[in-house]
Amino acid sequence: MARESVAAPVITQPWFRRSTGVLRALWRFVRHKPLGTFGAAVGLLMLLTALFADVIAPYGYAEFNIPERLQGPSWDHLFGTDNQGRDVFSRIVYGAQTSVITSFGAVTLAVVMATSIGLISAYYGGLVDLLFQRVVDIWIAFPGLLFIIFLVSILGASQLTLIIVIGFLFMAGSSRLLRSVAMATLAQPYTEAAKAVGARDSRIMIFHILPNMVPIILITVSVEIGAVILIESSLSFLGYGIPPPFPSWGRMLNESQRQMLNQPYLAIFPGLAIALVVYSLNMFGDALRDVLDPRLRGSR
Amino acid sequence: MTSMQAYLLRRIILLIPTLIGVTFIVFMSVRFLPGDIVDSLAGEFAATPEYRKIIEEQYKLNDNMFTQYFEWLGGIITLDFGDSLLRRAPVNDLLRQKLPATIQLSAMSLTLSVIIAIPVGIISAIRQDSAMDYVGRSFAVASLATPNFWIAIMVITFGFVWFGWTAPIRYVAIWDDPIANLKLFWVPAVILGTSLSGTLMRLTRSAMLEVLRQDYVRTAWAKGLRERAVISQHVVRNALIPVITIIGGRIPTLVGGTVIIETIFTIPGMGRLFFDSIGERDYTTVQAIVIISAVLVVVSNLVTDMTYSIIDPRIRVR
Repeated sequence: MARESVAAPVITQPWFRRSTGVLRALWRFVRHKPLGTFGAAVGLLMLLTALFADVIAPYGYAEFNIPERLQGPSWDHLFGTDNQGRDVFSRIVYGAQTSVITSFGAVTLAVVMATSIGLISAYYGGLVDLLFQRVVDIWIAFPGLLFIIFLVSILGASQLTLIIVIGFLFMAGSSRLLRSVAMATLAQPYTEAAKAVGARDSRIMIFHILPNMVPIILITVSVEIGAVILIESSLSFLGYGIPPPFPSWGRMLNESQRQMLNQPYLAIFPGLAIALVVYSLNMFGDALRDVLDPRLRGSR
Repeated sequence: MTSMQAYLLRRIILLIPTLIGVTFIVFMSVRFLPGDIVDSLAGEFAATPEYRKIIEEQYKLNDNMFTQYFEWLGGIITLDFGDSLLRRAPVNDLLRQKLPATIQLSAMSLTLSVIIAIPVGIISAIRQDSAMDYVGRSFAVASLATPNFWIAIMVITFGFVWFGWTAPIRYVAIWDDPIANLKLFWVPAVILGTSLSGTLMRLTRSAMLEVLRQDYVRTAWAKGLRERAVISQHVVRNALIPVITIIGGRIPTLVGGTVIIETIFTIPGMGRLFFDSIGERDYTTVQAIVIISAVLVVVSNLVTDMTYSIIDPRIRVR
């Protein structure tokens, strides 16, 4: 594999390979990773749905209409209505907001903390590293869903609690990975050179090490957003998600259980929404990893 | 002392601060609960001062917080989790009652996930980019993306609508009536097992692909060995080592999965006990289950790392 890269001098490379333009990189991604592109498109669609939920949804999320309850899919109600006559399609559209806010919030929190901890732990090493890593050890020991339910039941379920609790839990795992990336960068000669010319610690960390962590950070984000959406829906399903009446896909599935004999359709659409979004984000994450992860470069 | 023993010792010593931290966080979290514990114990009756005094003495609520913590920790070390707040019974009795169902569900699901994941992963890798590979990979990602509780609801809903099938509600221990027991357990175990198999399948595939590229595999082909011999003797054996060690790493997912699946299928196990106890604010029981699961996670992580470092000595350096 190493031989191939040596045997390919810059001159013989086709012109489009050398170009580093953002648009060209995007085009290459679209051409070489059709599934990843599909994933990104679905992710973007969910984001837009959440942003423009008020425009897209034909009905309000809590707008009930008892005479029209428990209807199957029709032109008036694309995905049918639930036991209070609320439009399932509208509730799924608004449910995207819950998923987007929880996952983006939690993942931002997790990644910012994980990056800082990983960076500081790797840079200072020694006692700082030992202490930080023992705290991370403790966080890793808690079994995900169980501990989140425990904390949410103590702190009370709200959008903010969910973001903080899930964010803290995801922070631990990814900080290990980011620390190892920071350590690898720290071993590079240019970091040593920066130290030799007397750069301050903060400067080395931000301008020399952090940029090298960016690819791994992006991969982590794409993978964790899907995982948080799954966790959020499991929590809502068990009754520990954001409080009603605001819809969440997980709680819609929980509510569908009571109507399963009258209206089995109620169980289909929210579950499909979760599965489609998480599948797409996983696909996008895989493609992103193939393109960005330096450890995989040249492996295919 | 060899470096292996030194590494082992270091890892075991590091377990102590981790477990102290875990117990401390769980203990403190419960103290931050909103509401007064005496009032919630009194239930619908208002707590009289006499009642309050009795309860405070019984649970030593007026002691210093650290005294309380160390007393509780001492209990845990001797495997005594105290009395359940609401069920008026030792937590240990409850656990002993609920443990068999959870162990059975976990064992069945883990076994099933291995039985599904390893053959599919192997076929996917030796027929890379074939139709079978695409089917296998799509199945793996689909099982990662589909929430297991959704599958469970769909199975229950459409099992009834189409086949008139309902999941048995009454729990029977496997040693009392194995057939009735398996009738209850097979559907939940298949659902949980499938959802666990995705990660294992992807791992098996990538481990296989890595080994397939090794020089000694090329040598085996060059010697003129048959495909069956190359794959089973040279590739699978080496590829499965990392896969087997990582099975322990599935424990945290399994613990979360049992909470959901036991709740849906009304299986009286630890997961359901946890879910009910949270709802009833029975925090001595909740504490016990969180700590037991945390110990399980820590120990399985340790065992995973240990087996891995025995197989691949480079891991130890980190």
